[in-house]
Amino acid sequence: MPPIAPAAVGRPSDALSRNQLLELYYYARLTRDVEERLAILYRQNKVVGGLYRSLGQEGESVAAAYALARRDAVAPLIRNLGAILTRGVRPRDLFAQYMAKASSPTRGRDLNTHFSHIPPPDSDEPVIVGPISMLGDLVPVIAGVTLGARMLRHPRVGLTFVGDGATSTGSFHEGMNLAAVLKLPVVVIAEDNKFAYSTPVPMQMAIDRIDRRAEAYGIPHEMVDGNDMPAVYDAVKRAVDRARAGGGPSLVGVDTMRMRGHAEHDDMRYVPRDLLDQWKTQDPIDRYRRWLLDRDVAGEHEIDDIAKMTASHAAEEARLAGESPLPDPATAARGVYAEDAWMEPRLELVKSPFA
Amino acid sequence: MAPVTYLEAIRSAMAEEMARDERVFVLGEDVGAYGGAFKATEGLLGRFGAERVIDTPISETAIIGAAVGAAYLGMRPIAEMQFIDFIACCFNIVTNFAAKSRYRWGAGVPMVVRGPCGGGVGGGPFHSGNPEAYFAHTAGLKIVEPATPHDAKGLLKAAIRDDDPVLFLEHKYLYRRLKEDLPEDDYVVPIGKAIVRREGSDVSVVTFGAMVHVALDAARRLEEDGLDIEVLDLRTLAPLDRQAILESVARTSRALVLHEASRTGGIGGEIAACIAEEGFEYLDAPVTRLASLDTPVPYSPPLEHAFMPDADKVIDAVRRLVRY
Repeated sequence: MPPIAPAAVGRPSDALSRNQLLELYYYARLTRDVEERLAILYRQNKVVGGLYRSLGQEGESVAAAYALARRDAVAPLIRNLGAILTRGVRPRDLFAQYMAKASSPTRGRDLNTHFSHIPPPDSDEPVIVGPISMLGDLVPVIAGVTLGARMLRHPRVGLTFVGDGATSTGSFHEGMNLAAVLKLPVVVIAEDNKFAYSTPVPMQMAIDRIDRRAEAYGIPHEMVDGNDMPAVYDAVKRAVDRARAGGGPSLVGVDTMRMRGHAEHDDMRYVPRDLLDQWKTQDPIDRYRRWLLDRDVAGEHEIDDIAKMTASHAAEEARLAGESPLPDPATAARGVYAEDAWMEPRLELVKSPFA
Repeated sequence: MAPVTYLEAIRSAMAEEMARDERVFVLGEDVGAYGGAFKATEGLLGRFGAERVIDTPISETAIIGAAVGAAYLGMRPIAEMQFIDFIACCFNIVTNFAAKSRYRWGAGVPMVVRGPCGGGVGGGPFHSGNPEAYFAHTAGLKIVEPATPHDAKGLLKAAIRDDDPVLFLEHKYLYRRLKEDLPEDDYVVPIGKAIVRREGSDVSVVTFGAMVHVALDAARRLEEDGLDIEVLDLRTLAPLDRQAILESVARTSRALVLHEASRTGGIGGEIAACIAEEGFEYLDAPVTRLASLDTPVPYSPPLEHAFMPDADKVIDAVRRLVRY
């Protein structure tokens, strides 16, 4: 299988400006701070249902989404909060989702990252398609988004994520194959985060590298250190560029670790302690901070100021969401069909202070 | 214009809508060069090109997934199931992704999933199914099943123009057995509206699809008994035209609910419950269901005949009702 792009092309991250490099840090930090705030809300019993952390995986979600052009489409999973924030979704919308508020993008009808943003066909705003809980389905759906965009003569690259567990589903395989056959501009991030709920990767697949799932479809693939943000950005950017140029789909496997349980209720007793200790030294945000310092992109004070900014932003956004009311039960039956045009998609996207 | 078959009516609905609206496209297995297993899409590839008539791998979930994604962006996909039985392969993405999308997010999925349903053709357990009840239980889906070429064309056009996912069930027994002159002008048959095929005063037979013709046949034969049978063709199964059902029962005071899918858990139960709950005062006899046996669809003709309702069984059921 050919690589996604020749190695001689150079690192796309070399072309990122100082502001962009700091913006990557901002989004990774913001993701962690939003989740830390969600963990507090969860312990306070203010989150309805479960909380699904992406601790240890924030870097790959942010860096992958950062490789997209504005008009491109992304279909994230619950553990891709970083991709959602990077596309401009306000933290308050995430908090409102988790707290099942009337002000949430789904007005309390669905949970956590399960929401979408579908701008008009000719708009350059990002497309966001949230997941359903039956994993793997986002692969054919993102393929269809790019198919539709191509037919509308307003092409968009589509990026989606699958966990190691979801790569075992028929939907994943059908979607991959369709994208390959129709040569659709799709980039799939396959996350090897070591466990699908409690099931370790060797019980999920009998191949040694998750990216080789792509091999049967003639889809170029590569494996990347998922906790190395510039490396993830480089791999995904090459895949996105290839897709945009008409080269068809590719798959980037990311080697990472889910540092919390499947959800916060899960004590993850099945995860060996030394595995967690080993990955703790590989924290993607710590590593990226060192990377920025080593290259003199910014000094410690400036970087720490970013972290202060994201922490207070997360706290303020959580406060705003917490103040909003729960949905009116009288609305429960509304908007099942178009004839009752009750819920129009609405999501206000924002830019970061580094944009 | 020459009379057209049910199948030709479906084909011309797709062709006219594709000509009218560039967002309409077709995808499915063997729909392109081959023109579809039943030739419903014959000629569309030559006329509209491979970008709008897309042959896919044998991947029902990918077909529906791609249709959902394209529909989000404003396209109007028509996804063909080669046999509607195969929709079982993509039950998840139809019921969980497409159907729930508007309620969850306000994002409509203007998609048509069409395919041949029904028995009477020796198709056996996997090529004869009537899956409407699986889907009628899912909020967010609309389900239609025409009984005539006129309705096949008009309902398919309405389905394509609808902003929600519509399951369009085509009874394969009717594909080439019916011919009808159709209006030359563009027309639609509105989703959600039943039609009285035959007015009567003694018993209402509430039915749809190929069973409409079985009911009409039985009604003609029952004239000899002096019985005047009303035949109500539902045309849409979700949302049900409850008003038309109740109005018919108000006229006749007796209801026979007739369908080709198996009896237990069938759509007939919902129709019977509607009549019992809202039309109890009209009734002179219990609401009766006539449906297929609670078995898979058997292959051999005598077995399939025993499985399915026919005019004789309708006549027996009607006579029992009026004797009550």
